[in-house]
Amino acid sequence: MVLSPAAHAGPLDDAVDGLAASSEDAIIVNVGRLAALDDPRAIPALSALCDDRLRAGTDGHAYIFDNKTRDVKHPITGAVIGSPPRPLKEVETSNDIRRVALPVLAQLQLASPNAAVRLAAAEELSKTGSAEAATLLHRALSREQNVGVRDVLSEAVARVDLASSSRDARLAALAIVEKTASDAFLSELQRMTAKGPNGTAVETDPQVYAAAMSALSAVKSRQRLIAFGGSLIHGLSLASVLLFVALGLAITFGLLGVINMAHGEMLMLGAYSTYTVQTLFHNYLPGAQQFYLLAAIPVAFLATGGVGVVMERSVIRHLYGRPLETLLATWGISLLLIQTIRLIFGAQNVSVANPDWLAGGTQIAQGLVLPWSRIAVVGFVILVAAGVWFILQRTRLGLQVRAVTQNRGMAATLGVPTRRVDALVFGLGSGIAGLGGVALSQLGNVGPEMGQSYIIDAFMVVVLGGVGRLAGAVAAALGLGVINKLIEPAAGAVLGKIVVLVFIILFIQRRPQGLFAQRGRVEA
Amino acid sequence: MLTRLREMHSPLAWGLIAGAALLIAALPAIGLPEYLVPQFGKFLCFGIAALAMDLVWGYAGILSLGHGLFFALGGYSMGMYLMRSIAGEGVYRSALPDFMVFLDWKTLPWYWSGFQSFGFAAVMSLVVPGVLAFVFGWFAFRSRIRGVYFSIVTQALTYAATLLFFQNATGFGGNNGLTDFKRILGAPLHDPTTRRTLYLVSAIALLGTYFVCRFVVTSRLGRVLTAVRDAELKTRFCGYESTHYKVFVWTLSAMLCGLAGALYVPQVGIINPSEMQPSNSIEMAIWVAVGGRGTLLGAVLGAWLVVGGKSWLTAAIPSAWLYALGALFVIVTLFLPRGLVGLGAKLRPAVDMVIARLRRPAKAT
Repeated sequence: MVLSPAAHAGPLDDAVDGLAASSEDAIIVNVGRLAALDDPRAIPALSALCDDRLRAGTDGHAYIFDNKTRDVKHPITGAVIGSPPRPLKEVETSNDIRRVALPVLAQLQLASPNAAVRLAAAEELSKTGSAEAATLLHRALSREQNVGVRDVLSEAVARVDLASSSRDARLAALAIVEKTASDAFLSELQRMTAKGPNGTAVETDPQVYAAAMSALSAVKSRQRLIAFGGSLIHGLSLASVLLFVALGLAITFGLLGVINMAHGEMLMLGAYSTYTVQTLFHNYLPGAQQFYLLAAIPVAFLATGGVGVVMERSVIRHLYGRPLETLLATWGISLLLIQTIRLIFGAQNVSVANPDWLAGGTQIAQGLVLPWSRIAVVGFVILVAAGVWFILQRTRLGLQVRAVTQNRGMAATLGVPTRRVDALVFGLGSGIAGLGGVALSQLGNVGPEMGQSYIIDAFMVVVLGGVGRLAGAVAAALGLGVINKLIEPAAGAVLGKIVVLVFIILFIQRRPQGLFAQRGRVEA
Repeated sequence: MLTRLREMHSPLAWGLIAGAALLIAALPAIGLPEYLVPQFGKFLCFGIAALAMDLVWGYAGILSLGHGLFFALGGYSMGMYLMRSIAGEGVYRSALPDFMVFLDWKTLPWYWSGFQSFGFAAVMSLVVPGVLAFVFGWFAFRSRIRGVYFSIVTQALTYAATLLFFQNATGFGGNNGLTDFKRILGAPLHDPTTRRTLYLVSAIALLGTYFVCRFVVTSRLGRVLTAVRDAELKTRFCGYESTHYKVFVWTLSAMLCGLAGALYVPQVGIINPSEMQPSNSIEMAIWVAVGGRGTLLGAVLGAWLVVGGKSWLTAAIPSAWLYALGALFVIVTLFLPRGLVGLGAKLRPAVDMVIARLRRPAKAT
């Protein structure tokens, strides 16, 4: 359909053109005409009116101005008009006009063939809460076929009806509220059930009051459930990060009997590797910016693994058999690493961005969003743990590692190159922590001291899980991570930590070897 | 009594110690600048803490990463007395400490009662760390938690306590801690005489701590502890219940550390949770490692060297301090397993040889 401005005809065109009238009263009259016509084709023009995008041409017709493309469009068909009758005058939209136009817009949108538009309109309309909104919503609900939109519409109807003067309408609304239990109703329900100074509630009808109370408790219990779900998600991702740290610790501790206090700094180095890769991609490969994270994974692993091997070769090797000194020496190394990073990157946190494909999340229930980044971290740690298990159980290196862990002297006698195994395992453990750093960079801040806050928890995981036991580390990390986050909302972060610590000390009383005790001889 | 003293040291050593003690005590009188008196008093307190650390680590093989906590607990006990002694003179003119007024608290928490008395606070500065150490140690040693496990668990304990004290709701002033003290036992804290007295008290306390530690390590109990350190299982099989010995020395050490903290706080004028951060406890370990584990004098010297170096370096080249500290940890553990005292002992034959060679020409003539 080729349209010239002269092709305007019919009541719809007239009313739309009337929106560009010069007087406020005339515009309001024409909004009323559009409401009576009830034709969804007027939606673009009405929304343009509300957003100050409607223009009046010199020919007296209305036009829509597109802010992005700077095109002028036909108000009904949306066709771009090459040579509009300039100069175009902006239609001055007052708040009075908006007040009239917005419900009409919602009314038209409720009749739109597009389900998403209907949904948005229902939500918009329920906010206004006017008397005609109730009628409009009821009418739309009776016509609506789409299940998703029906749900939203019935919620919207309920929200409007809660304030209705009819007792039956309020009861029907409360029934819906109780079923959906959405927190959007919380404040309204609290208002209804609140007791005034004379002891009587705002809601005077006892039956409605009882229904409101039960709806309120439904909303609250759903809120608790959502909070619980949220804690569970956070607990799982904390457990994943702990597991990254603890996997490496458990192997090196089990194999070498040394505590690596610089292990947390491996996490930090991994995160800074990610930051460096991100910066390099930004500067040299801006086209592939979205994929920097994939490149960061091997880089972080190799960088931290390399640092680990160097540490083992230069310092830790000379301290075998003196675990307490190793603890102190590695603490010194962690100070050196932190200060070095601080001098290179500054003491401030640096920002590592989520690539687009990890941004956002999926809504699993109203008010509970599962972020993609957290899902990815959990998935990643499962992959890494499986990889470590594979290396330990199905490769030659793993066989040697297990042999050295069980009996170093015997393994050496049988020709296992124990020194090489030590260095490789130390590198592997550090590299895994580095991968944890990549994961952590997607969840939180990246700063020189980030590793310190994880190391103590990670040690607790190792202590709890039993030294050198993968399954123990996994179970303990899961348990500690989730328990930590579940206690936190009730008792606060600090008390949560203390409770966990006390639990561990008591637990060690019962099972000094940890959850999954190592079979065989344990050296005294 | 006299034989016991002779067991502890040779007469020559006693003489040297007495001389050193006199010199230290006389320092303010013979020209130590006034502003340095609290600074040196602080060093004396760190010396006490180092002795406490060496007692458990050097002689019983228990590496504690929680002594900073005991130190801070002693400090907080004294700080609570100092806070209460200025009741009514704070910014808000309230009987409560200022931070409680700020938090809108109406009454003192129960655990603040009694601290208006200096004697009570002084006793508590020993009892609180002692009780905590006893309970913790009893549970830990009973279940044979030792070596790095024990170190890690003490560190976790310290970490949890730090978090707890950082909270305003705990009732110890949150991250600002306790400060703005005015006087101790009626004497103004900024008065030079008070400062010198505190310095002198610290010096006496250091000397006393040294005696106690020396007494313990030269006693039969000390020899059992050394045996536990070197071969715990064998000692147990010989019929010594190692747990009891460990709990005893662990608790004693914690109380000595609390004493150090109690003397430290009036001299520096503040106590806050950063004093109990895990890193502080680990620094105490490096004092002892630098000086030489298992030598009491070495521990004190190590503490003074490291803390003195820190004071100097953080002022001169601030960014270099962490490097220096980190390198110190690595170098000492790698190359100086017995610390400076051990190095001295190792160099002794060489020094003797040099002296002998210098003497030979003299003999020839």
